[in-house]
Amino acid sequence: MDVLGIARSQFAITSIYHFFFVPLTMGLSILVAIMETRYVRSGEETYKRMAKFWGKLFLINFALGVVTGIVMEFQFGMNWSAYSRFVGDVFGVPLAIEALLAFFLESTFLGIWIFGWEKLPKGLHAASIWAVAIGSNLSALWILMANSWMQHPVGFEIIDGRAQLVDFGALVSNSYLWLQFPHVVASALTTGAFFVLAVSAWHLLKKESETDFFRKSFRIGLAAAVIGSVLVVGLGHLQTQAMVQNQPMKVAAAEALWETEDPAALSLAALIDETNQENPFAIRIPYALSLLSFNRPSGEVRGILDLQAEYEILYGPGDYIPPVTLSFWTFRIMVGLGMLMALFAFAALYLDARKLLTSKPIYLRMLTFAFLLPYLSNTVGWLLTEFGRQPWIVFGLLKVQDGISPGVSTSAMKTSLIAFMLLYGILMVIDIYLLVKFARTGPVEETPQAEFEPAVI
Amino acid sequence: MDLNVLWFVLIGILFSGFFFLEGFDYGVGILLPFLGKNDRERRVIINTIGPVWDGNEVWLITAGGAMFAAFPGWYATLFSGFYLALVIMLLALILRGVAFEFRSKLVMPAWRKLWDAMLFLGSLLPALLWGVAMANLILGVPVDADQILRGGLLDLISVYTLIGGLFSVLLFTLHGAMFLRLKTGGELEERAAGVVKRLWPFVLLAGGVLMTFSSSNTDMFDSVLPVFLASAGLLAILIGGVISGKRPGWSFILNGLTIVLATAALFTGLFPRVMVSSLDPGWSLTIYNTSSSPYTLNIMSIVAAIFVPLVLVYQGWTYYIFRKRLTTESELEY
Repeated sequence: MDVLGIARSQFAITSIYHFFFVPLTMGLSILVAIMETRYVRSGEETYKRMAKFWGKLFLINFALGVVTGIVMEFQFGMNWSAYSRFVGDVFGVPLAIEALLAFFLESTFLGIWIFGWEKLPKGLHAASIWAVAIGSNLSALWILMANSWMQHPVGFEIIDGRAQLVDFGALVSNSYLWLQFPHVVASALTTGAFFVLAVSAWHLLKKESETDFFRKSFRIGLAAAVIGSVLVVGLGHLQTQAMVQNQPMKVAAAEALWETEDPAALSLAALIDETNQENPFAIRIPYALSLLSFNRPSGEVRGILDLQAEYEILYGPGDYIPPVTLSFWTFRIMVGLGMLMALFAFAALYLDARKLLTSKPIYLRMLTFAFLLPYLSNTVGWLLTEFGRQPWIVFGLLKVQDGISPGVSTSAMKTSLIAFMLLYGILMVIDIYLLVKFARTGPVEETPQAEFEPAVI
Repeated sequence: MDLNVLWFVLIGILFSGFFFLEGFDYGVGILLPFLGKNDRERRVIINTIGPVWDGNEVWLITAGGAMFAAFPGWYATLFSGFYLALVIMLLALILRGVAFEFRSKLVMPAWRKLWDAMLFLGSLLPALLWGVAMANLILGVPVDADQILRGGLLDLISVYTLIGGLFSVLLFTLHGAMFLRLKTGGELEERAAGVVKRLWPFVLLAGGVLMTFSSSNTDMFDSVLPVFLASAGLLAILIGGVISGKRPGWSFILNGLTIVLATAALFTGLFPRVMVSSLDPGWSLTIYNTSSSPYTLNIMSIVAAIFVPLVLVYQGWTYYIFRKRLTTESELEY
């Protein structure tokens, strides 16, 4: 692999790994905050135990999100210094604001929340987990503002060969951001919800003593799953409609639409031949793509080949086509999973209302595995977002290969890639082991400060 | 004062704050295996920084973010140029961060020993690397005309930079010992006091050696202000050490002052440069040839003016909530 390949792999691996933990942090923090608020309002001890139990799982997950977050911030400068130099004036701003507004809030109040159970009045303690929830969701806003700018650059001018910010308001009000951010928040809520549903379902199946505890948890998870999955699908749809205007090449690739069509047909599935730039076989629904894009059965959806020709005139000769097969299938997997999650949520709602959940164990058993769906859809969603922008690192302004650090040797990058991969792998195993262990143990009363006394050191 | 100078000062403040706060966190981590004789004592030691270490680390994230936004050229050259050193630092910080969370989750002695060791290493390595990195900024690194650092890990290691690293390790360890003496009671407090008593003369010595080498190997003392700040820093170690037996609170503050003064000495010595080029002085990075546009600096100034004070207030509040000393008899939450 060449330097570019190594740097891209490292970025992809770190981002995907990081985003394995982040959605659960964002979503579960809200659910724990709701549980503790209920405790403060009702005084019911069960809700306090719920906040503690789910909070413990939240923390095991949180640790890895935080430590990989530092790598995320550093690696722009480390592996992509030419990119950092080019975009710092614009891109650095939301990053710095993220740290100042969100990370401080999140980490400081999390410390207070963990250690403050006996030291703070109930209301203030609950407020501190809300601060964590707000902080972690707010951090998504700022980092997505940075990402939105890479997808759809606004509010800048190129001066002296660098992108310079000229309109901060445009950066903040980037239309791309205000669809992407709610979509991510909704998917994070869904991730947290399905996590709570899975663990609760597992315990309800066991029919142990904590039935009431897990019924109540289940209900909170269910409400969040219904709201989250509906929003995630709805917002995703709006986002795609906006992309037809703003990122036509990404849409064309995600639909494997080689030629411009009006009205455009939707390919449900296709065999894609990227070398000959055609689909030898496709199952197509006429009008459907125009209908989805414009809410009417007509309207032009531009094809890959047309856009390629246009970009060659705009940006000079080159290949401006993102990986089509990958974009096509990640899009379908993401959309399919989103709908499946909504289906799961509504089925649970129906069964719960009819009090059929415990008499139909097959459904609870399915739910114990359903928590994997959001993880998978989060990942493929990002793959589509980032691969669909190729070959650009900032759309229309800078190509990925021009963003790399010129001064870093291949061997140094290789060393870091291997070191990070090994460490990520080991920590992932430990983290999952601990999550499973404590999720299965359930809400035991105040784990006695487990101790051992080694002879002497 | 133009905005470039303002942001240079602000980043200096962010690093000072980071070294002050994370300095005692690192020190506590370094002292963990030496002061904690059994599991419960080690838990007490960790809990003195348990509620605050993560918030303290955000000072680094913010300094990094501020550097990216205000001086992207500096951020790009520094982070890519110090590549492998930063990889080691990141690996250490990752292991340290998860150690706080993982350590008490299982009761097995080997498990706890493993994560205690990671806490130790994860504190020692960054403490060392920060000193080495800061010393390299002023000593000079092979930065070329295109602001690209052409060199590897070995180019960062020299007698001078290792003295810088040694000084930061000793200074942070002393800071941690002084912090532990304030935050623990009983035997732990006594042991921490013992460390302070034995350690401070070595810190003073290392500081003196670093200052001597700085005046011969670098141009940082060519102007008066850095000389004054560095001397004041040494004086603060001396006074803090002498009064440490009777006035533990003041000695901690004085030691913190030393950290701030040392950082200030470095930054004023660098000014208006941010990274010295060893190839050609004209190729050094400065606050002007690496900076963002005035518009961006303006936006950032407004954001900082509103939110830095707010952060200081609620972080200060955290220390107030957890002001009580911890002993092995304390109710430990975690």
